[in-house]
Amino acid sequence: MKAGAIVASAVGLLLTIVPSIMVFAGALPWETHAHLMTAGMVLWFVAAPVWFKE
Amino acid sequence: MSGGTVTERLDALYEFDREPVREDHLKGFSSFAGLYAGEHVAGTEFIIGPLFVSHGVTAPDFFLGLAAGNCLAVLCWALCCAPVAVRTRLTFYWQLRRVCGPWLNFVYCIVNALMWCILAGAMIGVSATAVGLPLGMPMPRLTDLYPTSAAWVAVVFGVGAVVVALAILGFERIAWFGKVCSPWMCLVFVAAALAVLPGLGCSSAGDFWRVANERIWTGVPFEGQSKFTFWHVMFFSWFCNIAWHIGMGDMSILRYARKWWYGFASLFGMFFGHFIAWIASGILCAAARGDVAPGPIAYGGAGVAGAVCVVIAGWTTANPTLYRAGLAFQVVTPNWARWKVTLAAGIVTTIAACFPALVMRLLDFVAVYGLILMPMGVVILADHWILPRLGLRQEAAARDGLSINWAAAIAWLATVAVCAAMGIEIFFKSFPGILIALVLYVGLSALLQRRARPASGGPR
Repeated sequence: MKAGAIVASAVGLLLTIVPSIMVFAGALPWETHAHLMTAGMVLWFVAAPVWFKE
Repeated sequence: MSGGTVTERLDALYEFDREPVREDHLKGFSSFAGLYAGEHVAGTEFIIGPLFVSHGVTAPDFFLGLAAGNCLAVLCWALCCAPVAVRTRLTFYWQLRRVCGPWLNFVYCIVNALMWCILAGAMIGVSATAVGLPLGMPMPRLTDLYPTSAAWVAVVFGVGAVVVALAILGFERIAWFGKVCSPWMCLVFVAAALAVLPGLGCSSAGDFWRVANERIWTGVPFEGQSKFTFWHVMFFSWFCNIAWHIGMGDMSILRYARKWWYGFASLFGMFFGHFIAWIASGILCAAARGDVAPGPIAYGGAGVAGAVCVVIAGWTTANPTLYRAGLAFQVVTPNWARWKVTLAAGIVTTIAACFPALVMRLLDFVAVYGLILMPMGVVILADHWILPRLGLRQEAAARDGLSINWAAAIAWLATVAVCAAMGIEIFFKSFPGILIALVLYVGLSALLQRRARPASGGPR
């Protein structure tokens, strides 16, 4: 459970930053980047609280 | 669950408000790194970054000024605030009471708590600008002073309720909330800036410095704005949190640190918040053709995630600020449980947040409140380190049973008055103010204690 949450959190952060790098490189349209960032945000806030220590 | 049970559970959130923190409650370095990173990657960073753009700072002045000012701020946290915090383990307010006496502490705590409330209110207002985006809420303008619509008031109260609830749950929950949010927020700032750079003509890393000079930090102020230099950037980034470091406000947080050097955890806040985030928001402002409203510029860079980031960045700053306000009010309401005091402070804060003037004039307020709160931090520092080396008594009020320590009172008021009268820009006033407060407190303490000795039979 915890390992899965950590992996999902990492994917959430990757979805937050990688699309913007691709926009910067001219490899992705801005709209797709915005949608992927939203998905990354949801993934982060669902998964991170599972494994972040109090 | 009965009301009585809820009250008992809330009262059980006792956090050493009036006694030193116990050894078994101390925190590790990561707690402070997370808290600082979360607290200083705030909604206001979306305003401060554009400020430098609008004031026509050049790119070299901006980057060098931020590096110098933020390093000085971190050193102040680590070398001024943290050592006293870990030696006393007391809240700032309780230590102040021991030095200055209950009456002066009473006055100072009211002033301090009101300023924390106003600051937290501004954060709630910033968050509300982003929450209102999808609702089509009419945004307040730069010139608005009073609530502009019922929707604005409703959104502010909704955001305020969440912030107050989290602040009531206490330091551990706040630190945890900051830790969860901060990695994602830092990346959103960077991602939003990266995504708008092509629109400014920057399509590779090699283009950045040219675009930074020609399109972002151009050296030309917006119409009606004054020109900023390296010194403005350095002193602003050093002193924008002076109430926390030299002003010693973060004693209340760093008293939980196992070691004094945990004060260097402030580096995480300065680097991510006052370096990366200010650069990113400056880029977003330039891409938005000079727009400075937090919600729209964040949305323009990162879409929905950007707007949510503004909301959460406002929360993570408002929470510890409101927590500090609760601690300050509790000193003057000793028979109240902390959660009740924080709730009262939260209601004041949320009502204040309804007034857009709080957000639109935030920079003026930040400079003024830093200047007002700083002298008492200098008093605590001098009392802790300098007085014993001069053979003078520390914590005079607690030792001698004084209701007011006049050396501290005069040092505080005279420093603020002299600085207010100085004919220099507000960003530079705190620097001479530190020296004035130091000299006045040490000099007056020596005078008053030596005058009192013949009557009292000498020092104890």
